[in-house]
This record gives sequence, structure tokens and C-alpha cells, in this order.
Amino acid sequence: MEELIYTKTKTIQPGKSSGFCPGCMHDTIIKLIGEVLEELDIADKAVSCSGVGCCGLFMDYINYDYVQCAHGRASAVATGIKRGNPDSIVYAYQGDGDFASIGLAESIHAANRGENITVIFVNNGIYGMTGGQMAPTTLVGMKATTAPKGRNPEEHGYPMHVCEMLDTLTAPVYLERVSCNTPANVIKTKKAIKKAFQNQVEGKGYSLVEIVTSCPTNWGLSALDSLDFLEQKMLPEFPLGVIRDR
Amino acid sequence: MERVLMKGCEAISEAAVRAGCRFFAGYPITPQNEIPEYMARRLPEVGGQFVQSESEVAAINMVYGNASSGVRAMTSSSSCGISLKSEGVSYCAMARIPMVYVNVSRGGPGVGTIQPAQQDYHQATKASGNGGFRMRVFAPATVQEAVDMTYKAFEYADKDRNPVLILADGVIGSVLEPVVLPPQKTEEEVAAIKAGKDEWAAIGHELGSRAWINPGGWDNLLYESVNKAADDMYKAWAEEAEYELFMVEDAEVILTGYGISARIARSAVKALREEGIKAGLVRAKTVFPFPYKAYDAINYDICKGILDVEMSIPAQFVDDVKVAVNGRCPISCYGRSAGIMLSKFDMMDAAKAMLK
Repeated sequence: MEELIYTKTKTIQPGKSSGFCPGCMHDTIIKLIGEVLEELDIADKAVSCSGVGCCGLFMDYINYDYVQCAHGRASAVATGIKRGNPDSIVYAYQGDGDFASIGLAESIHAANRGENITVIFVNNGIYGMTGGQMAPTTLVGMKATTAPKGRNPEEHGYPMHVCEMLDTLTAPVYLERVSCNTPANVIKTKKAIKKAFQNQVEGKGYSLVEIVTSCPTNWGLSALDSLDFLEQKMLPEFPLGVIRDR
Repeated sequence: MERVLMKGCEAISEAAVRAGCRFFAGYPITPQNEIPEYMARRLPEVGGQFVQSESEVAAINMVYGNASSGVRAMTSSSSCGISLKSEGVSYCAMARIPMVYVNVSRGGPGVGTIQPAQQDYHQATKASGNGGFRMRVFAPATVQEAVDMTYKAFEYADKDRNPVLILADGVIGSVLEPVVLPPQKTEEEVAAIKAGKDEWAAIGHELGSRAWINPGGWDNLLYESVNKAADDMYKAWAEEAEYELFMVEDAEVILTGYGISARIARSAVKALREEGIKAGLVRAKTVFPFPYKAYDAINYDICKGILDVEMSIPAQFVDDVKVAVNGRCPISCYGRSAGIMLSKFDMMDAAKAMLK
């Protein structure tokens, strides 16, 4: 008797491959989301609202409902979808430029209204798809194509801390920062994603999981060196842990 | 039929609710505040939802999301606020999401003035966002028309799966007039309208038969086919252009316009007739599709001139009038802008000048 101990999530279309660069963590996260949707038995109610940039690159290969949103507006679109169909399970999937720069108003106000949605916020400190421009979360000194000498606080200010910013609001119920840089952290990330969806199922309100990731292509590092950079530079600036759990 | 006295903005809102609108998101801006205020009171009474959004941009994107879930949804704003909505309107057009929005227009450009104007004509009819999409655009001249047009706008939006714009102005939005309201759709009818969109709406589907609300990507051939289908639809609308002809048959001078300007022109035509001057009116009720054929009703053997009247400097509506008239007659313009109302008497003088 053969025993099936692991299989690819059915939330990803068979035969499709992702368009992410080697070492990118987006496809790990999309897989984790899919596994969680299956484990909670909510995949047939799920609606994904993705932002613009690399965070929209999975549009072709997921197997459940998908809405492409304008840059930065995914939390507003998710608001509209959830209110139109409260039985559906709606999540916004946004990068750092999408969520914290062009969409900051939409992002913060969805959180402040306590919309019963799940937000997956992917923070790699750089604009990926457009080619390595400075993001609101770019580290001090980190080079970007639009900050060729590195982020200079006198000129550019400092990296933004999304979870801590949202922690000033009353309405959000769950804020956690995780990473996908080690197998142990991938497991923690999945746990956090699951909790963020479970909260929505239970009608508890707004949950956000910030996932600190790498961008080997635009960091100009190999996939393995990116993991070291993430560990040594990103995590001190964006410490992992539960910021709020109500 | 019972007639009630209502302000334009409130009548538009009530017409939307009666048409089955169950979601409204909007941001304060004069002179359309009565729409969100009315919706905030009224929508909860029918199980609908109102959101005061953090911006116009957020409002239109909430509407994009809500309409993507199959609900009849609406937003409104005025002029500079409408500019902010252009991103979301364009997304609705490409993803073929039905929704209705209202421009209670004011003076411009820039923040302009808060008084009525018609300076958004080209934006409304030709470029309401990037990408060259088109929408049906209705231009009410009375509160009753605003009601009737809003009510049917939701039908057109669903039929076409495309945004529809009500291009009102600060006068229509603010004036108090008697109206007959359309019938209230029952909860069953509203539910059936939503259920009719279940196949494509983002409400969750069985794995493998997903809905994909798709405003673009990297499959060029797919998106060109979407553009071509939309173009065919826009062209098919031409036969459905709506207009009013008033005393055109024997007219030696024609006044033409839309919305509140055309309503003032109607008064001017009557006054000119009382003075023995054979004036007539061609009024566009839809400004897209533009009623080009209406101008074929003019007798160009006797008509000495066409006076375009609009609350816009530079004039904009006149560009479409020129295409319609196609050189058959001289055209001149009488207009004001920045929130200054047209004068019936100045309009009459301008019409008389064309007969000299």
C-alpha cells in the first residue's frame, strides 16, 4: 500500500509554472496560502485580490477566484468584494511598494475600518518587477536604481514599519511579522497565514501578516547570499514576531 | 403617479436605490455631497452598504471590487474628484465590470470653482481614463431626467458589462423639482440580478472554474480581442443615441447644447419665437453616443446658423457639433465657465447676431 504523504496544493493549476525568479519567495507564499485554503476548506469561497508588481505574477496559475487590482488599491478592492459577498473569503496580496507607498491610504484605512479581510504583505525592501527602485521599506544604505548611492536618511527618510504603524490603530485584530528564510520560518509563516484566515472565517476582523522576503535579482545577490542578507540586515530592521493578537 | 419634490442629488440617489443599487462609496466634495449623505441614510434601510472612503481613488476601487462581486454599485463626485476616479473607471472598462457613477460637475480646470459648469465634456465623452475605452454618458436637463437616466443606467451597465456615467452639473444636482420616482425593485429582483452574475463574479467558485476579474496582463492577443469586442459594442450604441428636437423644422437659427445649458436654450428659443424669430433647439440627451443624426433634422436650406451653448470656455461640445453639421451651416459659440451661469438674454442676442 502506498501512502500519500505530500501532494501539491489543488489551488495551483496543474501543469502551470510560476514566473518568479530563482530564490524568490513569492511562490512559497502562494503555495502556503493555497495549502491553508485547502486545510480550512475555504478554497471554493476564496477571492484573491493582488496588487501590481511581482505580487500579481501568480494570476495565471492559481485555481480559485482572482481579481487584479490597480497598483496599491487591493485593500480597497477587497473591502468592496467582502462587503458585496460576506460569505466569501477575501485576501489582499500586496508588496511593499503596493501596500506602503502608492496604496498607503487604502491600506491603512481598510485596517482602521477593521474590514474582515486578510492581508498578506510581502516586504522585500525593493521594487521587483520594475527593476530595483527604492521602496518605502528599503534599508538605510541599501542601493536601489533610484538611490544609486544607497538610501540616505537625510534625503529619503527611513524604512517604514508597517506592522508597528498599524499597531497604532484600534481595529486590527492580528498583526504578525514572519519570514520564509528558513524551513522553520516557513512553517511559522504558514501558521500565521492560517491564523489570519481563521480570523476572517470567524468574523473577527482585520488581520495582516507581513512576510519579510528576499529579491535576489534586484538585490544583486545570489539566492543563497540573499538569505544571509535577509538574516543579517533585514531582520534586525524588521524583527519577527507577533505584534498584536486579539 | 405620485409626484414628490426632491433635490437632484437626492433624486439620483433614490433612483439608484430603486434600481437595485446596494453599495455606494464616496468622498465629500461640493456640489454633490447630498448623494453620499442620502446614501448613508438610505442604503442601510434596504440592506445595502455605504462607505465613506478615504479618497475618490479608494471609492472607485471599492466600487470596482463590489461590482466584481455582482452587486449593483455606484459612486459619485464632482469634476476634480472625477479625475481621481479615472484609474478605477478604466479598470472597470477593461475588466468589463458594470457600475454607475455620477459627475455633478463644477468649474475647472484644477480645483476650479464649486459652482455649476460643463467643463468636463471631453473627459466624460472621450477620455475618462487611460486606454481609449468608451462609456454611455447621459446628460440630464431636469431632475426627472436625472432620475430616469440613473434608473436605466444600471440596466445598461449590466447589459453591456461596462461603466455608465451620469454627467450632471451643479444646477441639476442642487435644484428642487417635482419628480415621479421609478418603481422600487423588490429584494427578490435585486437578488436575482446579483445571482445572474454568479458565473463571472468574484464570489468564490469550485476549484478549476474560477472567476478572473481581468483588467490586463501580458497576453497581448487576449487583450486586443477584448479591445476589439469593446469597439464593436461602442459602435453598436450609435443607433441608441438620445436627443430632443424642439421647433427645428422651420428654424432659421438653431441653438444646441446639453444639460442645463440646453434647458436655458429652450427658454431662449421660446422667447425668440415670441419675438417672431424662427429659432429651434437640438439637445443631446446622451453625449456618448453622440446624437449625430439629430443634426440631419435641421433644414439647411433655411438655417442660417447654429449657436452652440455650453458652460465651458473653451467650448468642447461644439467639437462634436462640428462633426455632425459637417460644414452645412456656420457655427458659433456662446459660453461661460468657472461656475458662471448662462444668460437667456445673452443667448438670444448671440442667436440674433447669427441672423444678421
